[in-house]
Amino acid sequence: MVEQKLNVTLLTGRTIEQGVGKEKGKASKEYFDACSMCYMDADDMKNLGVKNNTNILVTTPDGAVVLKAVKYPRSATPGLIYVPYGPWANAVCSNKTTSIGMPTFKGTPAEVQPAPDKQVLTLEELLKSEFGR
Amino acid sequence: MTVINSVACPICGCLCDDIEVTVENNEVVKVKNGCAICESKFIGYRGEHRIKTPLMRKDGKLVPVSMNEAVHAAAEILANATYPILYGWSSTSSEAQRVGVELTEEVGGIMDNTAVVCHGPSILGVQEVGIPTCTLGQIRHRADLIIYWGCDPWSAHPRHLERYTSFTEGRFEKSEWKAYMQKLKSQAGQKKMQSAMRIETASPQIRPQTCPIPGMPQTMNKEGRKLIVIDVRKTMSAEMADYFIQVEPNKDYELMQALRVLVTDGELDVDQVAGVPVEYLKQVADALVNCEFGVIFFGMGLTQTAGKFRNIEIAISLVRDLNARTKFLIMPMRGHFNVTGADVVSAWQSGYPYGVDFSLGYPRYNPGETTCTDVLLREENDASLVIAADPGSNFPKKAVENMVKHPLIVIDPHMNATAMLGDIVFPSAFVGIEVEGTAYRMDHVPLPLKKVVEPPKGVLSDEEILTRILKEVKEIKAKKNIKTAKKAEA
Repeated sequence: MVEQKLNVTLLTGRTIEQGVGKEKGKASKEYFDACSMCYMDADDMKNLGVKNNTNILVTTPDGAVVLKAVKYPRSATPGLIYVPYGPWANAVCSNKTTSIGMPTFKGTPAEVQPAPDKQVLTLEELLKSEFGR
Repeated sequence: MTVINSVACPICGCLCDDIEVTVENNEVVKVKNGCAICESKFIGYRGEHRIKTPLMRKDGKLVPVSMNEAVHAAAEILANATYPILYGWSSTSSEAQRVGVELTEEVGGIMDNTAVVCHGPSILGVQEVGIPTCTLGQIRHRADLIIYWGCDPWSAHPRHLERYTSFTEGRFEKSEWKAYMQKLKSQAGQKKMQSAMRIETASPQIRPQTCPIPGMPQTMNKEGRKLIVIDVRKTMSAEMADYFIQVEPNKDYELMQALRVLVTDGELDVDQVAGVPVEYLKQVADALVNCEFGVIFFGMGLTQTAGKFRNIEIAISLVRDLNARTKFLIMPMRGHFNVTGADVVSAWQSGYPYGVDFSLGYPRYNPGETTCTDVLLREENDASLVIAADPGSNFPKKAVENMVKHPLIVIDPHMNATAMLGDIVFPSAFVGIEVEGTAYRMDHVPLPLKKVVEPPKGVLSDEEILTRILKEVKEIKAKKNIKTAKKAEA
């Protein structure tokens, strides 16, 4: 049965593509492609009715962001989503520093919904919508 | 055309110093020995995202201004602020960092570097229990058991394996590269066999057994260096490993405590810990105890998950326990090429490595209170200077919202997210490409960064920009002091 929403654990982190993109330039297409996506488990995508390379809406208590869902190629990661470090990940990651300065970038509860008709915002659009600049 | 050898790569904490750069007409045209990220930086540094002139926000838009106007405006903001944040420092030289400490002290602000969102918890863990560590050269020549815990060097430190651990030819330990290639060939062969069997039989019930046999894989019984990767998902580094342990998210602390029990000959009364069967853990504990020279490299998988600095404290405690049985060391995988330098410079100048508060006229350090993320989230700042980092991309949304509410000065070679949000933006020269300097590798070894090309006309180094702002801040404050003294006399 296709679910409308899926509760997952959000992880953020590095990918080689994100590294290449950030050195080329944060406004580059490479950086946008590398960071505005989200790795998901193949079965989770199937249960949610999300096709590879289509858009999803990731929501946490701290925000919501539209990302492109990509099937994680290396192993099953049920209940996990992985978003490369960048402004798109930071739109939803937890700002709780547990009184040591470090926000909780990994292990945040999140909700995923299919959003095939919603657009992934570019860096400029994202900054404009979040910070008005 | 000039070929420059032994160039240190200004990207990650590996600081690979064997890069060969070919320069033609003051442009890098070829890079040899570097990883994909290295090539992207050395070839892409002069791309269309480069800031070429100082910018100031006027009527909501960033417009070009003169260097003098930008320096004066930045100095006015900092000199008149009561609690400014001076953040970043990790992708610049230690020479610029030293000027940064002086500037922060002068304006009575907070000096914080990117450790706050990467290995700050590691520093806190080390401050609790100390750290048994060494240089990467020692590991290269002697380590026979390498563990990557909560990190993916293939993605973030692409040449770490090749230069310092499993795939390097050490004096006493040999490279495992050929064995890894053999493993890949054998896996490809197995896939072909499976594919052929499927075509032959068409029945899924009689496919060959592909599930791993319970227990340690045969690769762990091999001679030579062994590689274990512990992570919440199977990364590319995990695919290279002799043994991969998939831990449940936020449960690294439990797993390390379980290993501590096992390496000290204790018993566990459960079947599994953090999703890993205890039978497997017993064999991992055997491998740890029986190695000659082991090392744990750890990353954000420990510092950014539940437990944070307690994860590091317990990882170091595990290493301490192992040192009662064999030789074991531990090292954080530092991200930016000079984040270690930012900590070192801050520590030797102020006594503290990051999150240093100069607002009372002397350095104070209390992570959680004086760390810039917390100051931003509590909305206590009234101005910010960001240099050689991009909190606009890497801080949580609410922290950036509060940074943008007040004047924001940015010094960076590229138009990154923070520069797009800034009020005053200074273009700076690339350290390690257009200006020389010093950087500290992840094992605290300082290395010289080379200048291979000239910076664009009018673009200054981070150190020069900071020195000019500092000079102007001192002049503004001196004038203020004279005025205050005259008022007091009157």
